[in-house]
Amino acid sequence: MIVAERKPIDEIIGFVKNCKKILLVGCNECVTVCYAGGKKEVGVLASALKMAFMKEGKELEVEEVTLERQCDHEYLEEIRNIIDQYEAVISLACGVGVQFLAEKYLTTPVFPGLNTSFMGVTEESGVWSERCQGCGQCILGQTAGICPISRCAKRLLNGPCGGSTDGKCEINKELDCAWQLIIDRLKELGRLEDYEKLIPIKDWSTERAGGPRKIVREDLKS
Amino acid sequence: MNTKTPSRLEKILAAGHLAVTSECGPPRGSNGDAITKKAEMIKDYVDAINITDNQTSVTRLCSLASVIHLKLMGLEPVLQMVTRDRNRIALQSDILGAASFGINNILCLSGDHQSFGDNPQGQNVFDIDSIQLIQTVRLMRDEGKFLGGDDIDQPPKMFVGAAANPFADPFEIRVPRLAKKIAAGVEFIQTQCIYNLEKFELWMKQVRDRGLHEKVYILAGVTPFKSAGMAKYMKNRVPGMDVPDEVVKRMSDVPKEKQPEEGINICVESIQRLKEVEGVRGFHVMAIEWEEKVPEIVERSGLYPRPKIE
Ligand code: SF4
Repeated sequence: MIVAERKPIDEIIGFVKNCKKILLVGCNECVTVCYAGGKKEVGVLASALKMAFMKEGKELEVEEVTLERQCDHEYLEEIRNIIDQYEAVISLACGVGVQFLAEKYLTTPVFPGLNTSFMGVTEESGVWSERCQGCGQCILGQTAGICPISRCAKRLLNGPCGGSTDGKCEINKELDCAWQLIIDRLKELGRLEDYEKLIPIKDWSTERAGGPRKIVREDLKS
Repeated sequence: MNTKTPSRLEKILAAGHLAVTSECGPPRGSNGDAITKKAEMIKDYVDAINITDNQTSVTRLCSLASVIHLKLMGLEPVLQMVTRDRNRIALQSDILGAASFGINNILCLSGDHQSFGDNPQGQNVFDIDSIQLIQTVRLMRDEGKFLGGDDIDQPPKMFVGAAANPFADPFEIRVPRLAKKIAAGVEFIQTQCIYNLEKFELWMKQVRDRGLHEKVYILAGVTPFKSAGMAKYMKNRVPGMDVPDEVVKRMSDVPKEKQPEEGINICVESIQRLKEVEGVRGFHVMAIEWEEKVPEIVERSGLYPRPKIE
């Protein structure tokens, strides 16, 4: 899923400090699962904003709505009839949702309520970590199912570097060295000799380096 | 004598001499004299001088310009290049630039993460890794091709080196990792600073068991401690460094004013012991901001005078 974190309240207040009536839009997908932008977090943010305004002797009217998704036209259409009533919208979706909402409703200012962080997993309750950078050319088949692009601080395709210590990365003792994980798993699979296969220079044109990406499926287009 | 490049370092190694290399860190400013002064101190005691490339990710005068300073003094530089800061276009272009000045040695590294340096907020590049940089230089040299497939007009003639750290984890892939660098085309290796001689000897044994010592020239890395404080710092704070307790104790047990001398003693003794290890083909003496001690270390280790080879 896409993992995000709520922005500090002061930054959000800064977006809407001159408003009297705003709309908070949550998202029922990834950001709900990571407790950043679902229905509950929309409610919490609404109260926090109202309180902050009250302390300043101001009043803020906040409407709350949480859509099934903000990355599909279908669900974003649900606010078409109400959006004009608000001076601003704060979207608690990932950056994808914020943008799609802004693209659709050109005359209403839209602000992000979250910092979108990474594509990752729930390691345990309250702990999320990165697993994929969407490079567009998956190499997990060559790296024992562990991605050095997203999990090695130097995205080394032929690691580890000389800084790997006690299974941890040179940049942070809390961080697993991706190459230690790869080697451990190769051992479990009885394929340690695969470590010596050179991974060739990567074609990064399918990654961010190649410009914004797009997938078109003719068979599905309407 | 079978050499593939005009590199003097390669010739010395191919002739069967124990080679001695050292390294200088460029200044944090535009004063080129800082390089030439350091080089002046050591030039008669070493066969080649590495110039580090923004080591520990601290911004400095670039290694490419620095090796040109050395070349203009008539010395034999080793251009260190990390893949952290440049993409494949910049790397290939810098290799050609170096070759145009007659730089014949390169050390291919990935580089420390930028979080250790003065610009932790910066991007890193890592378009390719150190092993792929080895492949790149060999492709450019031997096939006369760019990575993109086009022909190079006058390919660079570089003797290709890399680092090896026998002490980093996981230990079981330390020899396979060397094998991987050899498969990529590396021709000489400069190791991480060796303080744990037993562990190094074990690594070398495994290297010999696979016959790898016959496929690559291994230069053993040594760094003298200036003080007990430095020994502790290296032990505890530098990733991938293995400093046994006895060594730290030996430094701490002598009074402060005697510690620099003890540091040199340890270094000289290590070199003498390592000379006996089959497969060690030379030494890389890294006297960090202590270049003036290199002559003494080299002399006391019985590695002076250096062979004259043109
Ligand atoms: S220690 Fe491991 S994860 Fe960290 S940069 Fe080095 S190889 Fe990558």
